[in-house]
Amino acid sequence: MIHSPYIRKQASVRQVMFTVLLALLPGIAAYVWQVGAGILVNLAIATLTALAAEALVLRLRKRPIGTSLGDLSAVVTAWLVALCFPTIVPWWVTVIAVLVAIIAVKHLYGGLGQNPFNPAMVAYCTMIIAYPALMSQWPPAGELDFATQLDLILGGARDLDAITGATALDALRTGLRVGEADVATLLKQDSFGAVGGRGWEWVGLGYLLGGLFLLARRVITWHMPVAFIAALAATAAVFWVASPGQFASPLFHLASGGAMLAAFFIVTDPVSGATTPRGKLIFAAGVGVLAYLIRNFGAYPEGIAFAVLLMNMCVPLIDMKTQPRVFGHRGDKP
Amino acid sequence: MSVRLFSFHGGVKTDGHKHESCGTPIRSAPLPGRLVVPLRQSARAASECLVVAGQKVFKGERIGAPVGVLGTAVHAPTSGTVVAIGDHLMPHPSGLSTLAVEIEPDGEERWIEHAPFDWQQSSRAEALAHLRDCGLVGLGGATFPSHVKLGTGSGIHTLILNGAECEPWITCDDRLMRERAADILVGARILRHLIGAERLLIGIEDNKPEAIAAMRSACAALPGAEVVVIPAVYPAGGEKQLIRTLTGIEIPYGRLGGEFGVQCFNVGTAHAVYRAMEHGEPLISRIVTLTGNVDQPGNFEVLIGTPVEDLLALAGPRRADTDRIIMGGPMMGFALPDLHVPVVKASNCLISASQKLFPSAPPEQACIRCGSCARACPAELQPFEMYWHARAKNFGKAQEYHLFDCIECGCCSYVCPSHIPLVDYFRFAKSEIWARERDKNAADQARERFEFRNWRQEREKEEKAAKLAAKAAETRAKLAEGGEASDSPAAAAAEDPKKALVAAALARAKAQKAAVAPKNTEGLSSEKQAEIDEIERRRRELGLDAPPSAADDAPQKTEARDA
Repeated sequence: MIHSPYIRKQASVRQVMFTVLLALLPGIAAYVWQVGAGILVNLAIATLTALAAEALVLRLRKRPIGTSLGDLSAVVTAWLVALCFPTIVPWWVTVIAVLVAIIAVKHLYGGLGQNPFNPAMVAYCTMIIAYPALMSQWPPAGELDFATQLDLILGGARDLDAITGATALDALRTGLRVGEADVATLLKQDSFGAVGGRGWEWVGLGYLLGGLFLLARRVITWHMPVAFIAALAATAAVFWVASPGQFASPLFHLASGGAMLAAFFIVTDPVSGATTPRGKLIFAAGVGVLAYLIRNFGAYPEGIAFAVLLMNMCVPLIDMKTQPRVFGHRGDKP
Repeated sequence: MSVRLFSFHGGVKTDGHKHESCGTPIRSAPLPGRLVVPLRQSARAASECLVVAGQKVFKGERIGAPVGVLGTAVHAPTSGTVVAIGDHLMPHPSGLSTLAVEIEPDGEERWIEHAPFDWQQSSRAEALAHLRDCGLVGLGGATFPSHVKLGTGSGIHTLILNGAECEPWITCDDRLMRERAADILVGARILRHLIGAERLLIGIEDNKPEAIAAMRSACAALPGAEVVVIPAVYPAGGEKQLIRTLTGIEIPYGRLGGEFGVQCFNVGTAHAVYRAMEHGEPLISRIVTLTGNVDQPGNFEVLIGTPVEDLLALAGPRRADTDRIIMGGPMMGFALPDLHVPVVKASNCLISASQKLFPSAPPEQACIRCGSCARACPAELQPFEMYWHARAKNFGKAQEYHLFDCIECGCCSYVCPSHIPLVDYFRFAKSEIWARERDKNAADQARERFEFRNWRQEREKEEKAAKLAAKAAETRAKLAEGGEASDSPAAAAAEDPKKALVAAALARAKAQKAAVAPKNTEGLSSEKQAEIDEIERRRRELGLDAPPSAADDAPQKTEARDA
């Protein structure tokens, strides 16, 4: 029996996941700096819940707990959940979301590598449907101190209107719906910064930095981020050029909400995404277009999560139809 | 003249480990106490034994005659006495035995009469026959018969010499090019003459500067010849990858370069062609790299049939932590099942492996579909998709993903962050498919035999009936000639026994048919059942390993090492 190769590259799932966590750090640093340290509490709650849930399910499934916990995939899911949730969401919302992600989305489908849907995105969608109010309360950047954030996270009384606002996307959307002003006027409001939501632009920049690091380390390929960003920007551009008073610019869409996090950390999830080079382009472009459409014409201000899940459903078809040609078969019909 | 380089997809950059063994010149391995020369030098063809035990043989004397299209001759590597002819364990991953001639050297190295072959004046067919009779096969590892390769295709414009040697640790081609560049070039000229090509490209990886310099100076005077330096990316020396790199031509699975106007030979093969043509010497030795966990690594010129055990001793005493001996490179080689096996024409390298140099694979984890394997695959496959189907024993689906285009180079296993032995799954899937095809062929043959037998019996019955009817008509005619007695009792009696005869024959045939039909189907199903049981047993025993026997029917397995 041949068991070659007898040599192997120094690579492991743990290393891949660790690199992803590392790449999230610039975004998290910007988050702490601009919005407050509350996110760290959320990250901790999510991480602990994910590890506990993972260990519990592995035990029930009689799988080796050590190696699977050690691969850090649960921690990545936990961090992504925490990072797309509002900073001041009560602790139990985070806990439920992480349980949904790890137990229902990941392990009920067979564990690591088997889930057809992005766990963090299912968690997000579940919670925004279950707790739409709690999931829409974002603290304006830099206006809540850590103590207040902590108090809110731990379940303190919520005099919300006084302390929270909407995200840039939400504010713009509501403003336009009410019809009180056009985009240009709305963007002059206090909650908007130079290109996106005030302060949040910096967080997006942090994610972008981390994403470039992932590209450099070859953890992800260029296909997904480029296709997602291009599709989102192109769709936004079409509407913006047609009616600048009604629709925000492509740059605003890229700098707002979870666009940067999605481009480099969400759509690039290898497990639930397309895998062929052409498939990746189609998948990520689909997410970009759908996200824009949901943002502008759907029932929710942020559409990326739903867009990702919709495209997840198409992955088997996309992969099947985009199989690359094989060496020596250049002339073959696909 | 400069050559535009094409690149091939994927590949991996490995730690070459060439310096361990490439520093010292090729040494001649001393004559061992006994040589075991297998009559089957490749999985594809055996040769017919020409000697008997007790017979004296000269060095270079033919001891095996070529059999079949893919057959090549086998020769005594030295002079001595044939002491035994019998089954002997082979250096093959299957661990199977094959017929081998055991020779006790007399130490005199007396050559059989041999003379240079006038390749310029002879016909192509004569030259190819000479190569076959000299036992010429590809020395890159796949041992494909050179005369067959040279005989395929027409209108070939380019001859490629493969001096890439992309597998880590191996340096036998490197040393050969450094030391015998001129001889290799003579061999290349002969090869080029035989295929009628004009261009000669010599592909060498950029990690062998001395070999490049030696080959460059040797081919400076040869018009149309050029040394092309290619990037050291494994498997750049795979025949198809090298052809692609140097010419941009892609040779699909199951086809030979000759059909596309290119042919590719290993530098060692070219050297052997030179010896066969210019000196009339058959292929009885080759260069073998000894390296790995040893004190004195290096390259040795070794007689075919030298026991691996004797050879390993030349690199120093076996170290305590050596736990395996790998034949071939670490990417595509295999651990020897036993050290009594002989060196064969395919043996390019022996690596003493220790846990420190070649640690066991970490436990397999779940596939995260990261696509690293697809990015590394030189055949441009989607290994993770094939893995998925091979693991589920969904072999048809695996074939849809071009399983058989896999050259088993091992790049996917090398890069997998989940430490999945992907290529093991593909070898398993291929051998299962081959096993099933064998079963199906056997069943088809049995059915055809059965149907033919039925048809033949039916035909015989009809013939017999026709004969009897003719005879009866004849008798009736005779009786009619004899007068008006046609309806006499005698005539009725004459007809009746014939009728009875026919009826009896029909009954016999019917009985036979009835007896035969169920027997055949019973035999068939139990045979099939046995096969199924066998497959199940193997699966249980080996987990996901490929059944050993399948390797013999797997000529395509080693394509990447070809040439």
